Amino acid sequence: MMNKTLLLGDEAIAQAAIDAGLSGMYAYPGTPSTEIMEYIQSSDTAAERNIHREWSSNEKTAIEAALGMSYAGKRAMVAMKHVGLNVAADGFINSALTGVNGGLIVVSADDPSMHSSQNEQDSRFYAKFAFVPCFEPSNQQEAYDMVFDAFELSEKYKIPVLLRITTRLAHSRASVRLTKHPAPQKKLTLPQDPVQFVLLPAIARKKYKALLKTYDTIRYDARLEKYNSFSDGRKRDLGVIACGIAYNYLLENIEGKEDDYPVLKIATYPFPDDLIKGIAGRCRELLVLEEGYPLIEEGLRGFLNNGLKILGKLDGTIPRDGELTPAVVAKALGFEAAHGENVPSLVRMRPPSFCKGCGHADMFNSLIEAVSLYGPGHVFSDIGCYTLGALPPYNAINSCVDMGASVTMAVGAADAGLFPSIAVIGDSTFTHSGMTGLLDAVNKNSPVTIIISDNSTTGMTGGQKSQATGRLEQICLGMGVSPEHLRNIIPLRKNHEENTRIMKEEFEYRGVSVIIAVRECIQTATRRKKAESSNE
Amino acid sequence: MKNDIILSGVGGQGILSIAAVIGLAAVDSNLFLKQSEVHGMSQRGGDVQSHFRLSDKPVASDLIPLGKADLIISVEPMESLRYLPWLSKQGWLVTSSVPFINIPDYPPVDDVLAEIKKIKNHVIIDADSIAREVGSARSGNIVVLGAASPFINMPFSSLEKAIRKLFERKGEEIVTVNLKALKAGRDFTGLK
Repeated sequence: MMNKTLLLGDEAIAQAAIDAGLSGMYAYPGTPSTEIMEYIQSSDTAAERNIHREWSSNEKTAIEAALGMSYAGKRAMVAMKHVGLNVAADGFINSALTGVNGGLIVVSADDPSMHSSQNEQDSRFYAKFAFVPCFEPSNQQEAYDMVFDAFELSEKYKIPVLLRITTRLAHSRASVRLTKHPAPQKKLTLPQDPVQFVLLPAIARKKYKALLKTYDTIRYDARLEKYNSFSDGRKRDLGVIACGIAYNYLLENIEGKEDDYPVLKIATYPFPDDLIKGIAGRCRELLVLEEGYPLIEEGLRGFLNNGLKILGKLDGTIPRDGELTPAVVAKALGFEAAHGENVPSLVRMRPPSFCKGCGHADMFNSLIEAVSLYGPGHVFSDIGCYTLGALPPYNAINSCVDMGASVTMAVGAADAGLFPSIAVIGDSTFTHSGMTGLLDAVNKNSPVTIIISDNSTTGMTGGQKSQATGRLEQICLGMGVSPEHLRNIIPLRKNHEENTRIMKEEFEYRGVSVIIAVRECIQTATRRKKAESSNE
Repeated sequence: MKNDIILSGVGGQGILSIAAVIGLAAVDSNLFLKQSEVHGMSQRGGDVQSHFRLSDKPVASDLIPLGKADLIISVEPMESLRYLPWLSKQGWLVTSSVPFINIPDYPPVDDVLAEIKKIKNHVIIDADSIAREVGSARSGNIVVLGAASPFINMPFSSLEKAIRKLFERKGEEIVTVNLKALKAGRDFTGLK
C-alpha cells in the first residue's frame, strides 16, 4: 500500500527539510525553484515549528543568512534557480572553506531547454568548483530521502551540500512516502572553533587544504554511495551511465529489456570512480546520459583515450543543448522511436503575453512614443514579465541579460555617449540587484533615465512579496536621486499623454532621473480581492 | 494498465485543475502516477501542457514518449493539435471547440476543427455552452474532463469523489455545479 502524499519534486524537498528539523528556509523566487519556499510558507507544521520562511532580497543575501543560521548550529536550506547561484556564488564558494556548523543544503534548480531562463548552466559544475558534494535525485522519493542524508553529511563533514534538480523533477508530481518520525530542530550552539568562519589568508589556507582532503574521500561515504547503483546486463558491446532524471528516460526505453544492458545509475558527486571503472571494464562502448553539460563524459574522456568508445554529448550522440527526453534517449540507444501525426501547419506559435490590465503594457506604450524621436536602440531592460516588451507588437527593449543589468548597462552606454540611455526594471528586480547600479549612476551623475515598472510584486514567478513595496521613492531619494527628477506616474491608458510627456522631459535631462510607474499586478490584485471577499 | 494523458490549453484556462482532479482520483484508486507541468513564463497567456501518466506499476519517465499518449484532453482546439506527435495511432483526442484567440494570426476556426476531425478518434465539445447550461460558465474545463472520462482508466465515481474533495472548501454550490459539469461532459461523449 502506497503512502498517499502527492508532491512536486520541489515540494518533496521542502517537506523533507521540515521533517529533518529545518530551522531556516531562505530563497529568492525563480522558476523552477519557487515552490520550495512557497510550500514551507504554506505548511502548518512550519508555522507551528516557527521555521524562518521569509523571502530574501536576492540569492546572495539568502545564502549568507542561511550560513548565519548554520553558524548558530541550526539546520538551514537555501533554494534558487540555477542563475541565482551565480548571484550567490561568492557566499557559496567561500562557505565550502568556512564549513558549516548546523547542516546547510543549497538547492539549485537547473532549467535545461530554458523554459523560463536565460541560459542552461549546469549546477553540478558549481559543486565541483567549490569542492562540495552534490546530490542529484532522479525522482520525488529520492529528492525527499536525500535531504535527510544531505543534512547528516553536511554536519558530519562540516561542509555545505548542493542538491541539484532540473525542471522536470522540480515540476513533476508523484507519490512520496514520508517519515513517521520528524526530527526536532537543533539547539542554538556556537561553532567549537571561534575562528572557523574567519577566512583570513592564514586561516583560509589551512581550511583549503582540509577541504581538498575531504573532497577526495567524501565520495565513499555511505550517505552518498547508497544512491548509486550498478546492475549488470548480458550485453558487452554497450553499457549505459545515467544520472538524475536521465535514468528515468533510460528505464522507459528499456522496459522489458532491463537484463540486456549493464547500467550504472549515478546520483551523487564527486562521482563514484570505482563503479565507473567497473562498468567501463565490462563494455566496449559506454553511453553517458546526463541532463545539462557533459560533466561525467568529460571526466571519462580525459585527454588520452584508453580505447573505450564513449557516446554522449561530445561526439554528437546526444544533442549538446536542450533537455533530455525519452525520444532523445531512444535514439541514442539505436531504437526506432514512435511518433504520432505531425503538427498541422496551421498551428501558430502562442508566445506568452502581457495579461489584460497589465501596467507594464501601458508603461511600454508611453515609452515607445516618448523614445521614438531618438530612433531605435536606447532601452536596456531586465528579468521579469516586462521582458515581454521585447516581443511584437512592442519591440520596445534592447537588452535582457541578468538581474539588475538594465541599470548598469544604461550607465555604461551613457558613458560611451549614448543619449538618451534608458533602463526599464521591475520593482523586485530593482531591490534584488538594481539599487547598487543606481548608486553608481548617482555618484557620477550619469545621464540616464531609470523607469521602475512597479507592479508591487514578484510577478513572473507567481506573485511573491516584493521587498520594498511603497518604499521605492524613499530608497531612490536616499541614494541621492534629485527630488525634481524622481517622477511618479500611474501607467493607465487614460494617463498616456501625461506619462509620455513626463518620460520625454526626463529623457532630455542630462543627469540621473528615475520614473516610478506604479500599478499593482492584475494577477496579484485579482487574487487579493478574491481573498478579501472570502474573508468578509 | 497504463494510461498516458496530455492536458493542453492556454495559460490561465484551468488545465492544472483538471490535473488536480485526475491526480486525486488516481491516488484514491491506488494507482501510480507522475504528472509533469510547466510553470513560469508560459503561464502568461502562452501555450501550456501537462503530461499525466497513470499506471498499476511504478512509472519511470515524467514525460510521455512521442507516439505513446492514449489521450489528449484540451480546453482549446488549436492547442489540441500542437501535441499530435505524442498521440498514439489508437489514441483519443478530446477538445473544447471554443477558441482562445490572443494572437493576431489565429487560423480560421473551421480549419482548426477540420484538422481535428482528421484524427480517427476525436470528441469535439462546445464546453462553454454546456458549462453555462449547468450553471457556471467557468466550469468548461471540467466539462471537457467529463467528455474525456470514458477514456481514462478509472471509475467515474472516483473522478466525482475527487471533484468533491478539490472544491469542498469553496462550498456546496461550487461542488454541485462542477459535478453537473463533469456529468454533462460524460453524457455528451456517451451519446455519440
